[in-house]
Amino acid sequence: MDFFSTLYYRTKKVLKSLKMYLAIAGPGLVVMIADNDAGGITTYAATGAKYGYHLIWFLLILIPVAYYVQEMTVRLGAVTKRGHAEAIFESFGAFWGWFSLLDLMVVDWLTLVTEFVGMTSALNIFGVPPWLTVAGVIGLMGIIVLNGRYWTWEKIALGFCLLNLVYVPAAFMVNPSVKEIVGNGLIPNLPGGLNNDLFFLLMANIGTTIAPWMLFFQQSSVVDKGLQEKDIKMGKADTLFGAIITVAVAIFIVVVTGTLLHGVPIDDAATAARMLMRMNHFTGALLAIGLFDAGLLGAICISLASSWAFGEIFGWAHSLNTNVKQAPWFYASYFFTLITAGIVPLIPGAPLVLITLFVQVVAVTLLPAALVFLILLLNDRKTMGEYANTPMQNWITGGIVVAIIILSTMYGISAIFPNMFK
Amino acid sequence: MRIIKQFSEKIREINTRYAKPKVEMSPVIKFSLTGLRLYLFVLVVLLLYKFVTLIPAGK
Repeated sequence: MDFFSTLYYRTKKVLKSLKMYLAIAGPGLVVMIADNDAGGITTYAATGAKYGYHLIWFLLILIPVAYYVQEMTVRLGAVTKRGHAEAIFESFGAFWGWFSLLDLMVVDWLTLVTEFVGMTSALNIFGVPPWLTVAGVIGLMGIIVLNGRYWTWEKIALGFCLLNLVYVPAAFMVNPSVKEIVGNGLIPNLPGGLNNDLFFLLMANIGTTIAPWMLFFQQSSVVDKGLQEKDIKMGKADTLFGAIITVAVAIFIVVVTGTLLHGVPIDDAATAARMLMRMNHFTGALLAIGLFDAGLLGAICISLASSWAFGEIFGWAHSLNTNVKQAPWFYASYFFTLITAGIVPLIPGAPLVLITLFVQVVAVTLLPAALVFLILLLNDRKTMGEYANTPMQNWITGGIVVAIIILSTMYGISAIFPNMFK
Repeated sequence: MRIIKQFSEKIREINTRYAKPKVEMSPVIKFSLTGLRLYLFVLVVLLLYKFVTLIPAGK
């Protein structure tokens, strides 16, 4: 009897925790999975095609990196009830505030263009003309945000997150060798030594895991959802779960291209999908569907990150829980960003390569600043109280930030001067 | 015209509101912000150099 009553109460406790988690889950999962955007899918596809399974261990290292950086935004949002842009303006003054806001606006818009490029090229594989993809995406995203409830928006976004898992069956369909994945992938190694190509790809993988918009997005999302200090523990669990899923998806993509396209140079994920379709139709189709979904999820989050940030600073109503009449400027900025970015891939001869280069360079200027501000804000004990960084958290996050600053700077410089590290 | 005027007034208001940083300027924070300014300055110089060298090359 004792055994059954213990089992009953334990099950009840677990179910209660699960119910609580499901109520709080969202910001961490969405931001982490949206991190696997169109650019991310291309990076992982290229990683698998160039180095097979050899860099899976590196992707696993990115789980704690992504978690420790993003969980700080959960604490900051839940304690201050302010978005990241507002926190920077208030704590560091107008100069750094404007710098962060304008830099975020530029990098978000450029990244949004790359998401549209990914989506149009993905659906083009199925014969959908680019203009129809752009119009359909803008219409769909309009419907998603105009429902006037954060909760509904979040659940729809989570639905698209689920679609990101198409890479799991795709990986099983190519019959990879588990022995090779474990033997080659889980033991740290640098295939061919640390040369320029490998260095560039490693940095690209870091760059797709930690992006400036993610900090702004998750903190604003935590505030819009109304998470409190008591929810921090679950919010952190949500972020950790998201970090694990996003890296798992990345590994499955690496397995797909590492199995079928090893040694084939890949410039973008759409090309990889086309090549795969010739070898295994369904795997290629799943890669293309996943690419479209990744671009859509990235676009959903990135466009909101800018609108939230502008709303915070300009004092506009800026919640998904408001309708167009209550928050006209919030929705106007959202659709302005979306429509202008969507038009770019439709312009014949648009400098899309230059835009991709600019995304890297501008993101590099914002990322170190955003990360430094994040750590400084988390050390403001007057505001953060018991949720301020502990010395151990400072050592971990400080080390991660210093490493990211060094690597992202080298990445940015190598984007400007491609021959510098050769 | 009215919208531009309102917008510039709003920016002035924001600048006044956030004129004074709230965070206590400890030596660590001062050092971090100076480092950041230096870092951004170097990046801007690199970008300018790149564009100056690109224009005569006609790339």
